[in-house]
Parts: sequence; C-alpha cells; structure tokens
Amino acid sequence: MSPTTKNPRNQYLRTDRMPHIWCPGCGLGTTINCFITAVEECGLPLDLISVVSGIGCTGRIAGYLKLDSFHTTHGRPIPFATGLKLANPKLKVVVFSGDGDLCAIGGNHFIHAARRNMDLTIICVNNFTYGMTGGQVTPTTPMEAVSSTTPYGNIEEPFNLPFLADCSGAVYVARWTTFHVRQAAKAMREAIQKNGFSFVEIISPCPTLYGRRNKLGDGLKMMQAFKDNSVVCNDADTRSVALDFRGKIACGKFVDREKTSFLDMYNTKMAERFGPFYEPYEGVK
Amino acid sequence: MAEAKKPKSPKGTVAINVELCKGCGFCIAFCPSGVLEFSDKFNSKGYHPPHAANPEKCVGCGLCGMYCPDFAIFGTRNKEVA
Ligand SMILES: Cc1ncc(C[n+]2csc(CCOP(=O)(O)OP(=O)(O)O)c2C)c(N)n1
Ligand code: SF4
Ligand code: SF4
Ligand code: SF4
Ligand SMILES: [Mg+2]
Repeated sequence: MSPTTKNPRNQYLRTDRMPHIWCPGCGLGTTINCFITAVEECGLPLDLISVVSGIGCTGRIAGYLKLDSFHTTHGRPIPFATGLKLANPKLKVVVFSGDGDLCAIGGNHFIHAARRNMDLTIICVNNFTYGMTGGQVTPTTPMEAVSSTTPYGNIEEPFNLPFLADCSGAVYVARWTTFHVRQAAKAMREAIQKNGFSFVEIISPCPTLYGRRNKLGDGLKMMQAFKDNSVVCNDADTRSVALDFRGKIACGKFVDREKTSFLDMYNTKMAERFGPFYEPYEGVK
Repeated sequence: MAEAKKPKSPKGTVAINVELCKGCGFCIAFCPSGVLEFSDKFNSKGYHPPHAANPEKCVGCGLCGMYCPDFAIFGTRNKEVA
C-alpha cells in the first residue's frame, strides 16, 4: 500500500497539524471520525457548519478540523457559539466540549442554553477527567474513581449528563461510546439536523490519566470494556442512565422531542409585535 | 458450461499510512474480517503499525478508518469488475 494514498477524511482535517498531540489510544480522534461521517451524511455545504470548542484535550478538536472552527476559552464555547449562531442564523453551530469544560466551569452556560432551547448542537467528550491538566476529578468522575485530586477515590456524586440536558430543556439527547462508531455518527447527524438544543455525550477513553490511575488498561482495553459493558436502551428515562465506576453504560437516543427553538420563538414574538415591519434577521448575505 | 473457478477478488482494500500510526490496536481488534495484524516493523516514532496480513478478506467496510484515532488507516470498497 502506498503511504501516499490519501485518507478521504483528510479533506476535513488540517493535515499540516498532524500528527496531533493526543496520546496513543485516546478516543478523541475516533470521535472526529464519527463527526466527519455525520457531516458527510447530513449533506450541508461545509461553509455552513461551524465548530466551537473550549480548552482541554477535547478543545483541540476545533484546531484539527478544516471547517470554520474556533478554539475559545475554557468553559465558554457555548456563549461564543450562541453569539455566532445569533449573528449568522444560517450556520449550523456545533460545540465540542470536554466534561470539565462543559459541566464544571461551563455548567451554567450549558443549562441555560438548554433552557432557552438555543439552536446549537453540543457534543461532550466525557473521559471522566480533566485530561489536559493532569487528570483531576470532574463533575462526571464516578464515585470511587481515583484521580489526581481524589487519591483515595471520589466521594462526590457525579452529574448524569443526559438527565441534566433533558431536565434543562434539550430537545435531543443521546449517549454512545467511542466503541459505537456508527451509532455515534448517526446521533451526531441527527443532532445537527435537529432544530434547537441537541446534546450528544460520547464516552471516550483517556488511557493516560483516567485509565492508568484506575487500572483500566490501555485505550484498547478501555474500548473493549465499553463494548462489554454497554447496554443499548433507546428512549430510556434519563433518570435511569447514570454511570457507575466500572458499571454498565446505558447508550442510545433518550430524548427526541419537538419544541420551538430560541430563534423561532424570537422571530414569532417580534412578528406578532411589529407585524409587516419586522424582518427576521437572516445573517450576513 | 462449468467455468474454471477463479479466485474471488477481494471486496475491499485497506491503506495504511504507517508513519501516522500510534499502535493503539483499535483497527486490528475491531476489523470484522480479521484482515489486520501488528507488523514486526517499527515506524519512525517507535510504534508497531498494523499490516494487512489477510488482505483478501477485506470487505471494505471502512470500520478501521472509523476507529483509527490517528487517521492512519482506511478501507474502501473495490469497484465491481464484471
Ligand atoms: C479559566 C481557566 N481555568 C482553568 C484552566 C486550566 N484547564 C485547561 S484544560 C482544563 C480541563 C480540561 O478538561 P476537560 O474539559 O474535561 O477536557 P479534556 O482535557 O479532558 O478533554 C483546565 C482546568 C484554563 N485553561 N482556563
Ligand atoms: S491526556 Fe487523556 S484525553 Fe488527553 S490526549 Fe491523552 S489520553 Fe486523550
Ligand atoms: S487504529 Fe490507527 S493508530 Fe491504532 S493501530 Fe490502527 S492504524 Fe495504528
Ligand atoms: S475496511 Fe473493514 S474489512 Fe477491510 S481492513 Fe478495514 S475494517 Fe477490516
Ligand atoms: Mg475530560
């Protein structure tokens, strides 16, 4: 096989930045593959898709995708993405965010964007730790799990992210692992196509920090565990899909409901108030 | 009229960019057809990349490329030859 044969994914990647910084067996590259498939399958012109991420290993995704992508500050991809969407409503704005980025420092933005039903797609790569800064505990670290800041095991109840998204108002909620590449790609496509606040959680291996400290083996061993421990339960009540340390991983599409999105709500309200004088803003021409 | 049995041509082809590989083994473990194995060779970063030990078994499903976190491998379906 000629080493010069081009991977068809290269057209979506900033190949001048490869090899990427991620560790061997990290799930972030696999998550990108799923996203590229979703982008291809939804058939949108690439200049109408924009990717925003915060800071962290996951935050690097924006820098490796050859789309209009923004690497913003820690915890703030959602407010940045909200501004982008409102300034140019024609865009499909996708946020890639780590568990720490999204639900620790950025937690308030997450629940309020969901409450408003802001027209955004959020993909959270949950590796149960702050990867980039050395493996500290995050709001999704399971009870008992060891991290650099919980050397005797975590004693704090973690967030169940699908439940948090659901009860905050998200219209689409799904969870898959990096083992479920086809299902994850499909969920990302559906989330992109959904009007309103859509949320996809991807459980991903961080073998270097979370895996090593918890003796879960290398990336491949963690992937095998995802395969062995996951149970597909579409339409499950999100209250029932919390994750335990080394326990079962509930996967599937949990929520897919119709609700007027922020932009539609805004335009309807203004049209009611101003009648023919109101012209909905459609973004830069 | 019975024709001499031609060996079936493989349905797919797998391409590997060994220099990008970090040796995680995802492609080898999750290829549904058992096409791939670790090679004895090292790449310049010191990882053992996969090689197509059974290329005739490749069905071109593309899963190796979906799994590879380093964009180092991909499979494609061969065009049907009549
Ligand atoms: C305001 C601010 N606080 C803290 C940091 C340090 N910091 C950088 S990345 C990160 C955590 C990343 O964790 P996560 O979002 O889960 O991403 P991962 O690296 O695990 O993919 C932190 C705390 C920062 N860059 N900015
Ligand atoms: S530290 Fe963890 S999350 Fe970050 S690149 Fe390495 S394996 Fe991936
Ligand atoms: S999945 Fe990619 S990085 Fe991992 S062993 Fe295969 S080619 Fe190498
Ligand atoms: S394309 Fe499918 S069958 Fe061929 S090597 Fe890749 S995973 Fe195996
Ligand atoms: Mg994390």
